[in-house]
Amino acid sequence: MARIKYESLNDGFGFYFLMAFLGAIILGALGATWYMEHEGHIVTGMTNQIVWGMPHVFAIFLIVAASGALNVASVGSVFGRVPYKPMARLSGLLAISLLVGGLAVLVLDLGRPDRLIVAMTKYNFKSIFAWNIFLYIGFLLIVAAYLFVQMNRGTESWTKPVGILAFVWRLALTTGTGSIFGWLVARQAYDAAVMAPLFIAMSLSFGMAFFLLVLIATYSWSRRPLGAELVNRLAKLLGIFIAVVLYFTAVQHLTNLYAAEHGGIERFILMDGGIYTQLFWGGQVLLGGLLPMAMVFSGMGKSKFGVVLASFFVILGGLAQIYVIIVGGQAYPLILFPGKEVVSGFYDGVVASYIPSLPEMMLGVGGIALALAITLLGMTVLRFIPASLADNETGSG
Amino acid sequence: MTDLVENEGGGCCSANNGTTSGTTSGTGSALAGSSGCGSAGGGCGCASQDAMPQTRRGFMKAGAALAMTTLAPGVTLYSFGAGQAEAKPADQAVTSKVRWGMLIDASKCDDGCTKCVTACSTENGWSDTGNPLTDAQWIRKVTVRDRDQGKETTLPMMCLHCAEPPCVDVCPTGASFKRADGIVLVNKHTCIGCRYCMMACPYKARSFIHEPLEDQKEYSPRGKGTVESCTLCVHRVDEGRLPACVETCNASAGGAMTFGDLNDPNSEISQRMAKFVTTEVRADLGLNTGVRYQNI
Repeated sequence: MARIKYESLNDGFGFYFLMAFLGAIILGALGATWYMEHEGHIVTGMTNQIVWGMPHVFAIFLIVAASGALNVASVGSVFGRVPYKPMARLSGLLAISLLVGGLAVLVLDLGRPDRLIVAMTKYNFKSIFAWNIFLYIGFLLIVAAYLFVQMNRGTESWTKPVGILAFVWRLALTTGTGSIFGWLVARQAYDAAVMAPLFIAMSLSFGMAFFLLVLIATYSWSRRPLGAELVNRLAKLLGIFIAVVLYFTAVQHLTNLYAAEHGGIERFILMDGGIYTQLFWGGQVLLGGLLPMAMVFSGMGKSKFGVVLASFFVILGGLAQIYVIIVGGQAYPLILFPGKEVVSGFYDGVVASYIPSLPEMMLGVGGIALALAITLLGMTVLRFIPASLADNETGSG
Repeated sequence: MTDLVENEGGGCCSANNGTTSGTTSGTGSALAGSSGCGSAGGGCGCASQDAMPQTRRGFMKAGAALAMTTLAPGVTLYSFGAGQAEAKPADQAVTSKVRWGMLIDASKCDDGCTKCVTACSTENGWSDTGNPLTDAQWIRKVTVRDRDQGKETTLPMMCLHCAEPPCVDVCPTGASFKRADGIVLVNKHTCIGCRYCMMACPYKARSFIHEPLEDQKEYSPRGKGTVESCTLCVHRVDEGRLPACVETCNASAGGAMTFGDLNDPNSEISQRMAKFVTTEVRADLGLNTGVRYQNI
């Protein structure tokens, strides 16, 4: 493999146009936040029955994808796969950007975002949420250090040990994110150890899809060579990750189906849950799972357009999966008295309804825009991307 | 009969709907707090006309209930069982020597009665704003129906003040906390409004405040963007008084609620729990709830 020459993107018209576009979305998200905080969450679709809604779907998606975006760097540094090494910088940058985007959404949806300082200074160490704050901050610092040792002359020898630390940390981070749900004993849809590995699998898949989209878009729009064999190699890795997600999803539901006490929630998600059932089978399994997997392992995996389409489907399916987990898990009524029916004027015993409002959606999409804006800015001011990722340059051919 | 509610200002008959019974100021120790217009001699006699019973026995029962409400708080509590509740001097820390709890006899809880809900709402200042999906609901009436036999039981459901509260475990800032005496509360100064406690509560006992608030009670602070739930009327308990729901249920409804110290074997609640089979909601979760049920 030839010595890799890294470059920054030109700050030409394309940069300003994209930044203006993303900036407009971010401004819209900030306006939506101001509106929601000023009026209260009454203007959202969230209620006392569905307490976490669309902002959390986007936030969790971005946080999970962030650790997965580091896949390529890990494969290069930790597992020594040479063709992936040139992309490690971009991989790290995208990981940081996605996490910042996700955290921004999470924080701006708080009932009291002005009390962020409280969240940063007062900790209940029995809370997995509090652990996650450390995991997120640690991830940002470690990946920043990982980028530094790669990009700073004379510190390259630290790349592998710091890369291993980043790899272990990302596994911990996604375990922590999955445990936000896995450790909830109250609700039928959660309270399952499989949530941790399921979320790790989801991170591998969603992060890879995001990375592929950003990589292909960057190299196409900046007219830099990107090898078809390299893209195909990454796409096949995405296909494997999709299969892993499907596997853990199957384990999750089969385990629940075996226990009679979980029959209700499984019936709800898999059979008669309306939008949640449709999103599970149509969105998560078909659009986000089987279809892109078939695409990347077929001839379409050899075309960049096919890979872009498959990655896009994985992201849509991922959002559907997280929607089903977060909103579907709350929509199914709490079991107060097992074996008995419960009714009240406070919606006990009934499936809760949830209609996301426009401000919530704007906040969530704003998180994606923020992540992309940070990535774009980073690639423009620093040398994150190789001048060429042609197959003969990376050794993929 | 309308609810018997506490008069916030301490004056007699000035509270809501003009149908309030006598009041208690509730300062000082339980046995010393007999100020206000309430007296053992029958209160201020301002119960509404439609509350007057038609029979001699009914009159006696209602009179006893009325006297119960209007008695000095210490005397009232004393009548529920020795050692059940004692006022905590303001300069003394809360102690784990007591564990406040409640026993609710579902067989005495009438299907259509919501007096405990109204009493809580009036006492703590939360109310129906016409948005049932987002309105706070500190206490609610729940109907439990047997799937096979169809037998129905109604009961009030609120924060059950668990010994092992999941809401406290998951709160990232520690805003959700349990006092030494077992009362589970939210520190309104450090709640960031993440709602993770609402996700974690098995009883749907917590509410998020979705709208700006006005006219709050000074002893029951609330705030937009934070989470809240039943405080077990901690402001009253610390003064040696009963929670508003218990007081009202005993005074003007079925008398289904018993409040007291679960750590004191001589308290009425402990003695009842020793005598009757009681139920913890979702006992399988092992949360050791402070609120228990009977005859479900």
